[in-house]
Amino acid sequence: MRVTFPHMGTSHIAFKHLINNLGHEAIVPPAPSKRTLSLGVRHAPEFACIPFKILLGSYIEALENGAEMIISSGGVGPCRAGIYGLLHEEILKDLGYDFEMLIFEPPLRGLLDFIKKIGRVIRPTRVSWPTFIKVFKTSWQKLIILDETEILSHQIRPYEVIRGETTRAFKEALTLIDKAETRQELDSAGQAAEMLLRDVTQDRSRKPLRIGLIGEIYVVLEPFINLDIEKTLGEMGVETHRSIYLTDWTRDNTVFDGEKDIKNAAKPYLNQLIGGHGINSVGETVLYASNGFDGVIQLAPFTCIPEIVAKSILNRVSRDLNIPVLTLFLDEQTGTAGAQTRLEAFTDLLLQKRRNKGDLDATGIFGN
Amino acid sequence: MQQGFLGIDVGSVSTNFVILAEDARVIETLYIRTKGQPIKTIKAGLQHVRNILKGKMEIIAAGATGSARNLSGIMVGADIIKNEITAHAVAVSRIIPDAQTIFEIGGQDSKIIILRNGIVTDFAMNTVCAAGTGSFLDQQASRLSIPIEDFGKMALAARNPVRIAGRCGVFAESDMIHKQQLGYNLEEIIAGLCEALVRNYLNNVGKGKEILAPIVFQGGVAANGGIAKAFEEILGQKVTVPKYYDVMGALGVAYLALRNYRETGITKFKGLVTADYEFIAKSFECKGCANNCEIINIHQNDSLLARWGSRCGKWEHLDH
Repeated sequence: MRVTFPHMGTSHIAFKHLINNLGHEAIVPPAPSKRTLSLGVRHAPEFACIPFKILLGSYIEALENGAEMIISSGGVGPCRAGIYGLLHEEILKDLGYDFEMLIFEPPLRGLLDFIKKIGRVIRPTRVSWPTFIKVFKTSWQKLIILDETEILSHQIRPYEVIRGETTRAFKEALTLIDKAETRQELDSAGQAAEMLLRDVTQDRSRKPLRIGLIGEIYVVLEPFINLDIEKTLGEMGVETHRSIYLTDWTRDNTVFDGEKDIKNAAKPYLNQLIGGHGINSVGETVLYASNGFDGVIQLAPFTCIPEIVAKSILNRVSRDLNIPVLTLFLDEQTGTAGAQTRLEAFTDLLLQKRRNKGDLDATGIFGN
Repeated sequence: MQQGFLGIDVGSVSTNFVILAEDARVIETLYIRTKGQPIKTIKAGLQHVRNILKGKMEIIAAGATGSARNLSGIMVGADIIKNEITAHAVAVSRIIPDAQTIFEIGGQDSKIIILRNGIVTDFAMNTVCAAGTGSFLDQQASRLSIPIEDFGKMALAARNPVRIAGRCGVFAESDMIHKQQLGYNLEEIIAGLCEALVRNYLNNVGKGKEILAPIVFQGGVAANGGIAKAFEEILGQKVTVPKYYDVMGALGVAYLALRNYRETGITKFKGLVTADYEFIAKSFECKGCANNCEIINIHQNDSLLARWGSRCGKWEHLDH
């Protein structure tokens, strides 16, 4: 069967491996583009958020490329994302596409349903459960290496001497990881990827600003929507730390509750689920502040209720813990100029704050 | 010859120039409408500056800000290319050193800047909706056939401002037309409109910010007395409109250029002769990947001066 799945950052490389090794053919959704967005906007409800529209556009593109099954994930708590899969299915069926949709809810919320759905994937190709587990483990390993490589790229970029060199090395690294099939190949691809990035010419005398990125998972993970914020900031000389990686999310919601720290940190300000990543945004800001970060940027889809609630709470967190927070609401606008202005002004603010603390190496408001 | 420093702010509605003397005195300010043609207005502005100075003063260094800061900075060879928020904060902290809050309403963008002890501690700009308050007022003035300069005066003459839905320009306009058809007089409607815009600004841009005095109100819209009065009434505090309210961005980067020159003694400024150069912007869509980026090339006379727009960095080198 030809199977597709959402495009989210670099994760498609691991998903492709998983699907192909279960005896199906992975239809990798094209990286989101203007066309994806236009398709999504045309067929989605107007007030649906941007992740909904991009996903819808991606599915259409994948179906055009011959996909017969779409695998997606559901959601936990009071956020519209929980019904997105169903709504996508309805819209696509109305458009006349013939396909099967499998929406995986977090297994802790319904183990039987989860197992049944995996059965639905592996039965047609007669893959045994032990084989499935083996393939799943390798894919999981791949996902972890992808995340680690990306984290490293964000740590190196602010030190790069030749603008764009890190991004080029990162792309090369992705190709290597993509090609690796076995655990052994994967290990050496991971090492080669690390070497590639560490080889980037760097000026380690710099003291880059450190900014934490928080917000709704899809806009944080998908550079097409967030205007390549990590690359943009990195090339402005800022080290970014992303609060969410897919491997965290899956780990947190599958096997054990690894988000306890974040929820505890959020508790003084917010002690209940508000859906999506709202509570995370609050908790992570608290954690970034206590870890000495210079600032926090919240990425939120326009009309995203969990993030709107978080935003109004973040005002107080920011004041109490003395950590500046900038919120960027993202919609179908593709203009980067406005975002650029806000990011520049924000880093100016942070630099000046640092300078005031007596760190004269930081160039402040009057620097270039 | 005397040395001068130039600040250029190219925004969506206006293009502003400020000339400073060596001692940071303001020699001249210039406010022209951009009319969607930044290259043309920048050249016209430089031409004008050249005519005013007539060889009495030589411009040594320049700074650029505004939404077309990269374009204008590349064209003239600016030493400082700064975002508007920082530029405004710099200008205000020079003129009114103890200012704690800056309201700025321009043509397209609205912003609030919070300063404490002369340092920017927080700021916000209009989010997804490009409020465009200045443009909106312009448009309403022309629809009512009232010169925009008289808009503020008329608002101040109103006794009972009408309440107008100010959530967004589209709603405000239709509500306004409704109220007109009901027979309210123009002054009351205009005053109501000013109040609606101020409510909208405070509820959206200023939300969650600690608004402390002294408050400075600047940007093209500050010329409108009706808006300034609405701010004072809703906040119950005095709002100051500084002398150079409409060119504060240009003033800020002129200060920065002056300061940079004092500190480094280096300049990249190409001189006022730039006014005579031919600049052409050409764009094409890169088909290298699915992003289909719009790449913009800026040519000076026959040579390629700058290029931007690609996400992947493929077009970053000019010799492609």
